[in-house]
Amino acid sequence: MTAWCSSERQREQGNETVTKVAEETNRHTISVLVDNEAGVLARVIGLFSGRGYNIESLTVAEVNPHENLSRITIVTSGTRLIIEQIKNQLRRLVPVHRVRDLTLEGPHVSRELALVKVAGTGEKRVEALRIADVFRARTVDTTNESFVFEVVGSTDKVCAFIKLMESLGLVEVSRTGVVAIARGTNPL
Amino acid sequence: MAQQDSLTGAEILLKALADQGVEVIFGYPGGAVLPIYDELFKQNRLRHILVRHEQAAVHAAEGYARSTGKVGCVLVTSGPGATNTVTGLTDALMDSIPLVCITGQVPTHLIGNDAFQEADITGITRPCTKHNYLVKDPNQLSRVIHEAFHVARSGRPGPVVVDLPKDVVQARGEYQPLAKVTPKYRPQVKGDTASIEKAVEIIAQAKRPMFYCGGGIVNSGPAACQLLTQLVRTTGYPITLTLMGLGAFPASDPLFLGMLGMHGTYEANLAMHDCDVMVNIGARFDDRVTGRVNAFSPDSYKIHIDIDPSSINKNVVADLSIVGDAAHILEEMIAIWRAKQYRADERALRAWWQRIDTWRSRNCLHYENSTRIIKPQFAIQRLYELTKDRNPYICTEVGQHQMWSAQHFRFERPNHWMTSGGLGTMGYGLPAAMGVQVAHPEALVIDIAGESSIQMNIQEMATLCQFHLPVKVFILNNQYMGMVRQWQELIHGGRYSQSHMDAHPDFVKLADAFGAVGLRAEKPGELDDVITEMIAVDRPVIADIRTDASENCFPMIMPGMAHNEMVLGPEDRCMEKPGSEDDGMVLV
Repeated sequence: MTAWCSSERQREQGNETVTKVAEETNRHTISVLVDNEAGVLARVIGLFSGRGYNIESLTVAEVNPHENLSRITIVTSGTRLIIEQIKNQLRRLVPVHRVRDLTLEGPHVSRELALVKVAGTGEKRVEALRIADVFRARTVDTTNESFVFEVVGSTDKVCAFIKLMESLGLVEVSRTGVVAIARGTNPL
Repeated sequence: MAQQDSLTGAEILLKALADQGVEVIFGYPGGAVLPIYDELFKQNRLRHILVRHEQAAVHAAEGYARSTGKVGCVLVTSGPGATNTVTGLTDALMDSIPLVCITGQVPTHLIGNDAFQEADITGITRPCTKHNYLVKDPNQLSRVIHEAFHVARSGRPGPVVVDLPKDVVQARGEYQPLAKVTPKYRPQVKGDTASIEKAVEIIAQAKRPMFYCGGGIVNSGPAACQLLTQLVRTTGYPITLTLMGLGAFPASDPLFLGMLGMHGTYEANLAMHDCDVMVNIGARFDDRVTGRVNAFSPDSYKIHIDIDPSSINKNVVADLSIVGDAAHILEEMIAIWRAKQYRADERALRAWWQRIDTWRSRNCLHYENSTRIIKPQFAIQRLYELTKDRNPYICTEVGQHQMWSAQHFRFERPNHWMTSGGLGTMGYGLPAAMGVQVAHPEALVIDIAGESSIQMNIQEMATLCQFHLPVKVFILNNQYMGMVRQWQELIHGGRYSQSHMDAHPDFVKLADAFGAVGLRAEKPGELDDVITEMIAVDRPVIADIRTDASENCFPMIMPGMAHNEMVLGPEDRCMEKPGSEDDGMVLV
């Protein structure tokens, strides 16, 4: 009996590894066109939390007031099968019109905006301003002891900028998350 | 007063339900839905079945829907009325049962104020419905109701909640007839022809083929079941059905290997494990079916046909997938098989059937009968033999009795088997049977129950009596939560933690107290008489069948095991020689 119990436990553990190891995890940017109605964002977020998917970034705004459509851009990560599941589960939601995996479907542009508050005086303040210039960040607010920079670009670029500001008096950051669009003439 | 042609929200609601062909509503009144109940009072077209608990209203609507193929309809009040439906809604979502559940809500100006009997029911039910609506404008009400029914029944069916604030059902608005509403929700029903052609070609070339079909066939409708039967018989291939699929293919046909999965037959599970081409139509590779996924049918080419794209590649990776409705795709498959004059590989098929027959000859559903004590399997077999000519509708609760029913009751037709498959809801059977009886007043409707499950919705006996619904409750009473006890015996060292109930009601007296008929059988010799009397009485009956408390449900695939590692019976475990092999099966 005992031996049988322990072998069962091993099997359960074995099972877990098999399902999870299957493939490497990749980051995907997914665009979703939805009806702009109450609760639609909760449906999408609830789907991700309920099924245990990752959300690295999520943005949403109305994009077509005539047809009452909003566009959600989700950056998520998972194995090929998980990503396929995510897209199929999203398509199953009644207010969802279209789901596109920008990462898989060819070249696309993705951008993120961050507002970065940096406080300091003297050499550090000058250095912050110089780096902001290198990153083409705009200064959108200033006092004698602080700047707020607006930096726009890929996630990597925004992250790099914030990292550099850490030693120069970084106070706080506010980021939009990723918005993305496919290159070329075709719409979503 | 508003303009002449406008109606109140309550009037709009009832008109929309009538336009949708609703005949019966299962419900329970309360403050927020009083204007609707007032409107119900003034008419005779819609029948209202007053349940005793809102959960039962949803299960009743499920039974109604599953036995008729129509959309079930529920009406409950706000707050507790609505939250009580959550288990039923989740059950319907898991088993793909089309329902529209109308919940009352506090007036719109009070929403969010923690008003009396307020609950955020669209928030609460978001993950347990296919879709839900909160209607804030009476002019939108008819459109939403029509859309709700469309969503509930189209594609993969499921439950839809429509939350109606009290002021919306009291205000006046315009009615939009059904013809003027064009829903945006359009799931794919027709399968990709090239894929279907490829599938049929692969099926025709199979050496060790296996059909594995589920509730999706039943949901697609009787036509799909007939087409499936036709296709399977044309090929001569073996078929197994899931718990939800029972009845989709006649059980008496020798091509049917019985149910598969955790308590499926030896032949069905081994054939699944050893097949070279698996044709899954309308089943979802549930964990109770697959056992250990990495050892699931390791060498087969898997064709998966499902109306829900998210079912494909979820648990098991398919080699070829087709999204669409089973009936459409089966029709095309049969046409292609004929047009291309495909023939099964007779020699290979004969060899395959020989292996299957060897497995079959193990007679895995065998049990040691007794003259002293009623074996639960025997009770089901007698029930089957004594009722089969009446073509009964069978509902079950959840547990050992459910699995024994699935194993020993034989279903020839679809829509006659109502059970809680995905969610495994104890307390499902009695209210579901109630819904079935409402839909089929003349039919014999039996709820096969356990003494624990039945107590979860026993209050519905009063509903049965009030509405003269002669449902027969057939309790396999072993004094234990049998399946819990079985797992504790097999997996938790015989420590029966909280699985025994010391105090059960006297079910015969209880039946009497409700105004129903109570019967009891304690010895195998009494069984036939009790069943015969139970059927003969034109009133609700509780038959308390005292069964062997120690009986376990076999065959069983232990959790984490594979199809070829089944435990066939108690004698298997006595052997307990790890690694002892019998035709590829490890008897552990």
